[in-house]
Amino acid sequence: MDFELSQEQESFRKVVADFAESEIRPYVAKWDEEKIFPLDVVKKMGEMGLFGLIFPEEYGGSGADFTTLCIAIEELAKVDSSVAITLSAGVGLGASPIYHFGSDEQKATWLPKLCSGEILGAFGLTEPDGGSDAGSTTTKAEKVGEDEWLINGAKAYITNSGTEITGFIVVTADTEEGVTAFLVPYGTPGLVVEPPYRKIGWHASDTHGVVLQDVRVTSDSIVGTIGKGFAQFLATLDEGRIAIAALALGLIQGCRDESVSYAQSRHAFGGPIGRYQGVSFKCADMDVDVEVVRNLVYKAAWLRDSGRPFKREAAIAKLYSSEAAMRAAKDAVQIFGGAGYMDETPVARYYRDAKILEIGEGTSEVQRVVLSRMLGL
Amino acid sequence: MNIAVCVKQIPDPAAPGRLDPNTFNLVREGKLVMDDSDSYGVEMALQLVDRAGGGEVTLISMAPNGETSGLRTALAMGAAKAVLVSDPALGGSDALSTAKVLAAAILRNPFDMVITATESTDGYTGTVPVQIAEILGLPAVSFAKKVTLDGNKAMIERQSESGYDEVACELPAVVSVTAGVVEPRYPSFKGIMAAKSKPIETLSLSDLGLSADQVGAAGAREAIVSLRKAEARQAGQIIEDDGEAFAKIIEYLEQLKVV
Repeated sequence: MDFELSQEQESFRKVVADFAESEIRPYVAKWDEEKIFPLDVVKKMGEMGLFGLIFPEEYGGSGADFTTLCIAIEELAKVDSSVAITLSAGVGLGASPIYHFGSDEQKATWLPKLCSGEILGAFGLTEPDGGSDAGSTTTKAEKVGEDEWLINGAKAYITNSGTEITGFIVVTADTEEGVTAFLVPYGTPGLVVEPPYRKIGWHASDTHGVVLQDVRVTSDSIVGTIGKGFAQFLATLDEGRIAIAALALGLIQGCRDESVSYAQSRHAFGGPIGRYQGVSFKCADMDVDVEVVRNLVYKAAWLRDSGRPFKREAAIAKLYSSEAAMRAAKDAVQIFGGAGYMDETPVARYYRDAKILEIGEGTSEVQRVVLSRMLGL
Repeated sequence: MNIAVCVKQIPDPAAPGRLDPNTFNLVREGKLVMDDSDSYGVEMALQLVDRAGGGEVTLISMAPNGETSGLRTALAMGAAKAVLVSDPALGGSDALSTAKVLAAAILRNPFDMVITATESTDGYTGTVPVQIAEILGLPAVSFAKKVTLDGNKAMIERQSESGYDEVACELPAVVSVTAGVVEPRYPSFKGIMAAKSKPIETLSLSDLGLSADQVGAAGAREAIVSLRKAEARQAGQIIEDDGEAFAKIIEYLEQLKVV
């Protein structure tokens, strides 16, 4: 039994933590308020190799394991969930499908740019009329020539789909042979990125709807196998669940640290509020969840890195951590009282950022469905 | 273009430091980290070597306890190798002893330039760079805020109180660089993994041909004789804004001859 990360992983954790303190924390309130996607910081993350962490060196990656990616996401999310989801989606939804299912040519064309952060890839699965029912794709791809496809449809809530450096979107579309994934480069006629959504949280993350109107692509833009688009997507989903759990882990720690610091400095009824159990017990509960979630995240990542099945553990980590993040954010705002309801406090941002964790990459209900089925129910 | 960069490993500034009550020296126990002010020199050296199209950056450090974690940070940034002088006799070294040791370590490898910070964050004497230059018989250019290469010359902008001086200097030379001169890169995970296998040559005093009485507390010509707390800063003047505060602020600035 060994719970130690390697010395190199610990050094890397410190580098990412320093990065988050210096490059993110001083500016995050402004990004949140003005809904700014911090392109310069994302580029710096690319220079640090964060987007290429888990991919082989031949594509410009670092050849690190998934655990190391979780470390980076956790450290970023302690300070800001938006930047953390930009990384998580950039790797898990942008680059991973190309790496796992792309042709050699697609890998050679796109992976080096994705690994260096020169471009971001988007993944279009969810549609305006279908979220959890992701198999019911209404976007259609029709073969209109020897080597040509015509795609029509709309995709919703697509992360990293409207940044200045978004290079392509992979969309799932129904064909005569079943759901198939197509890579559509930005600039392709008929690909329209809608204005940004007005979101409760994740203000510094980039999210748009994407419309495909008579988009023409050739057969070499098919990612993976015709008719296997949905199955391929399911295969990469479990990793994304661990990544979201790592993000939740960072957010819970952010809530705990802000709460403890406020409980020590804020005085009421003749002393710091942390001496009252109504406050201190909330902090203690957050600390319990930090430990529980940490173990869930890194156990699931370790299973994945060891080549063992991890579907159940990924679902448990995602489900528990996102609900714990909501609890922690709710309690943190309560500890801050009226101040916590003001957007000037970081806990207000954590509160707004936490809710999506119970929805994105499979809702809590979907996780419970996964787990129920595994119990034979 | 080969550059030696002096890198000091210091107690983590995030943890409260402690002074030895007898020697008034900083207690250096436990884990040490790379002095942040040295990250600028490392970055500048990496950029100069990169622009020169070849060569390598060698780190030079001295630590009593064989500590290497700060050096690993600089190796992860991209330095090729390190020379660490570690000897129990080095404890209590003054600035000149430090310079002697570093100069001897620098001479282990061919170099075209020595880069240092202007001063360390824990000791703050700011004298070691020029002492190294004197021992090595090289020109010293301190407080460089920009360094470019022109053949066998370094063109340096040297920070002064009123602006900067433009200086040309034959190489090899010792250059101390100010903080903020370049933006130090964050080590990548790949860099951290690569640093694991980069060579750190650990030397004792005798390896450098130095004896214990020349360095450390025994060889120190400098002693801290007393210590007192820095005076607390006087509280500033608080102006309540009754609608006319701006006038008082302008009056105050005029007194200072700022406006």
